[in-house]
Amino acid sequence: MDQLINGLYGIPVAGLIFQAVGYIVDQLPFLSHAAVAISIPIIFAALCGVVCERSGVVNIGLEGIMLTAAFVGWVVGVVATQFLGHGDPTPLFGFTLPLIIALVSAVAAGMLLSLLHAWLAISVRADQIISGTIINIIALGLTGYLISLISQSSPKGAGSFTPLAIPQNVANLPVVGWLINAVFNQGPIAISAIVLTVVLQILLFRSRWGLRTRSVGEHPKAAETVGIDVVKLRYRNVVAGGALAALGGAYLSMELTNSFQPGMTQGRGFIGLAAMIVGRWTPLGAFGAAVLFGSAQAISSSITFAPPTGSLGDFMNQVPPQLFDALPYLVTIIILAGLIGRSTPPAADGQPYSREAAT
Amino acid sequence: MTTSPPAAASPPTADPPPSSVPALEMRGITKRYPGVIANDHIDLDLRRGEIHALLGENGAGKTTLMNVLYGLATPDEGEILLDGKVVDIGGPSDAIARGISMVHQHFMLVPVLSVAENIVLGLETMANRVFLDLGEARRRIRDLAARFGFDIDPDAKVASLSVGQQQRVEILKALYREARILVLDEPTAVLTPQETEEIFVLLRRLAENGRSIVFISHKLYEVLEIADRITVIRRGRVVGERAPKETSEDELAELMVGREVQLTVDRGVSDPGAVTLEVDALRVTDDRGHPAVREVSLQVRAGEILGIAGVAGNGQDELVEAIVGLRSVAGGRVTLKGKDITGASPRHIHDSQVAYVPADRHRFGLILSFPITDNLVLNRYCDAPFARGIIRNDEAVLAEAKDNIAEYDIRTPSATAPVATLSGGNQQKLVVAREFDRDLALLVLDQPTRGLDVGSIEFIHRQVIAKRNAGTAVLLVSAELDEVLEMSDRISVMYRGELVATVDGRTADKNEVGLLMATGGKAKPDAEWTQPIDRGATT
Repeated sequence: MDQLINGLYGIPVAGLIFQAVGYIVDQLPFLSHAAVAISIPIIFAALCGVVCERSGVVNIGLEGIMLTAAFVGWVVGVVATQFLGHGDPTPLFGFTLPLIIALVSAVAAGMLLSLLHAWLAISVRADQIISGTIINIIALGLTGYLISLISQSSPKGAGSFTPLAIPQNVANLPVVGWLINAVFNQGPIAISAIVLTVVLQILLFRSRWGLRTRSVGEHPKAAETVGIDVVKLRYRNVVAGGALAALGGAYLSMELTNSFQPGMTQGRGFIGLAAMIVGRWTPLGAFGAAVLFGSAQAISSSITFAPPTGSLGDFMNQVPPQLFDALPYLVTIIILAGLIGRSTPPAADGQPYSREAAT
Repeated sequence: MTTSPPAAASPPTADPPPSSVPALEMRGITKRYPGVIANDHIDLDLRRGEIHALLGENGAGKTTLMNVLYGLATPDEGEILLDGKVVDIGGPSDAIARGISMVHQHFMLVPVLSVAENIVLGLETMANRVFLDLGEARRRIRDLAARFGFDIDPDAKVASLSVGQQQRVEILKALYREARILVLDEPTAVLTPQETEEIFVLLRRLAENGRSIVFISHKLYEVLEIADRITVIRRGRVVGERAPKETSEDELAELMVGREVQLTVDRGVSDPGAVTLEVDALRVTDDRGHPAVREVSLQVRAGEILGIAGVAGNGQDELVEAIVGLRSVAGGRVTLKGKDITGASPRHIHDSQVAYVPADRHRFGLILSFPITDNLVLNRYCDAPFARGIIRNDEAVLAEAKDNIAEYDIRTPSATAPVATLSGGNQQKLVVAREFDRDLALLVLDQPTRGLDVGSIEFIHRQVIAKRNAGTAVLLVSAELDEVLEMSDRISVMYRGELVATVDGRTADKNEVGLLMATGGKAKPDAEWTQPIDRGATT
């Protein structure tokens, strides 16, 4: 009932947002692309957060996992291209052999790094925040150092995935055309973010894995007493979450761009965690919040990049540019302050589990 | 993991072994934890269709023994035989596969999930390899509940159920798993007398059905009522086995504690003086803003114990918290010795000679990771002699702790041990020592003996009577009806936020008060009242 009421409140708000967005998109031609580009990694980070935290493990290391995956994907692409050449890209999405090898390596790297976090958080029962912070620091330092070594030889990357071509008549459809164009004129990784969100939403609330994940995150002892292996389930979820975060990293270095820059995740992992909280630990909610955060950031960057013309442009020129830079952070703060009290995390979130601990 | 669960509650095995072989035998079970032997060569056998009570004080090793049986603890020595065959139980899934189910003292239910989800968890009915078939699960749960004569909504969220209903969900969980051996750990600790009676009927029906039941308890009269056989455990050893017909509460208590115990403390006569606490039309809301206390008025005189009986969650906690200043008052007045203390700070109320023993000592009464010394001066640390200006006086704190440990018989290896290492009884004695050790006008006790053993209960009751005799007004809230009946000079029954009746403590009838607790003396329940949130039990 509460959910229904919340949903009903959402309808007029969504309508307003839709209209406002339509107007802004009209004025800022680069906006919709920028919004998607910024949102995709945030979505992957938020999904990773949902999968981990629903099972009771806090993973703030996903920032570092994304960065590492972005780095590994690009470097493996470079190496694979040297040995295999570029090859012929497929017409759809522009797959090449080196790119596929690079993508698989990126995901594997993400899973390996989250396995480290899983081991520290679940088996060693280390503080999960510290474990995640360690991963972030290592990833930032190590990739930054290695890229400075590698880029001295100005290597050639494996290129990037190409977006799905949307027929012009579809893109020109009234009202929804720009939306379809923005969402589906994208490479394979970005489109998988949308697919994975829906799949995870269904699995989390309808499947055996979902039921067990939710019970382990809420009351691991109860799950254990009905024969569920809490430790194994948490390991699996954290590693699967690592793969999701890695896709977000791979998107940055292999689809949005075809290069790697030190620290190119720019804190999107953390914003992903905020999106997870605002989305109340559900994949769909996290997706929505990630798009909201991404759009706020996109507005500020597209205003800086190509200021609108006309009276809106005149108005915006009078506003100090720092205000637009601050916009995404303001949105984050306002939404978190308004929602965090009503958003309840899984009861056992962040608590290590030990079978024989006193109850 | 099996994808489809067995048909609900079909006959246990096709070819049961001869009934002379016990369903379960535990031989020489020994379990050591650092510094303690929780189980010391315990032997236990369970016949088919038998209700076997395991009686012992808290910390005697009952729960450890059952955790060994259920695979939650690995024994250092000993073996387990099912139907005469040695088995190795490596974890709960092993135990469940062998037909052993356990209803834990703290319910093993996930509050945010539905009844059906909780019951099928771990043994899910599947529509295919990935997705659940909750419709089939609901049907089976309704069938099973109907067979054992109760009614449950499979789609209700567990958090919205009363504790009695949650208990039934736990038992359904066991039945759904085709349990042949059912272990119930302190199943009646949170139930009203009526709910207890209903559970007993259900247990007898299960036993007649051929299921074997281990019933863990420290309540003597219950054990005598329900059990076919009673095994008493003290300090990790079996100290006796009795048939209910051949024994008495006194003998069992002596076996349990190891010395003669006075089960009921003689409350003596009271000599009520002037009105100390007066509560007038008090209204208080709970954490969610719903009314929890509705127009409650009461008076407690000096040298008198007013007992508040009621099922947990009927507004008692909120009433008490409002009186001691921990919860804001929505309306009405609280006066102490003629002075208005409505909405005063807890410190001010404390300094007006009011002591408070909270219901949940782990969350509100103690700081578990702090040493005994610090916990004993939590309410006085900033006063002389425990502080000199802004500097703490460690010697004075330590001396006070040593005095209190001796006076209140707190069993601990040292005065600086963390409170978490003490047993529940000793933790509560610590709270009592801290709160009682000064002159008091009013003593507010919320469930002061919840989860404690007979020996500690006796001790705390004596302290309370002594305080009353010294002229303190005592407000005693308890969900344990027996405690209220034994201790109080007057008894008020609290039901859905109201005091529905007040009776004389010495002439009150247990069944009458029990009925008032369960129904409030009204024919139809109040629609306005929402189910209270279970704020977690303590051991």
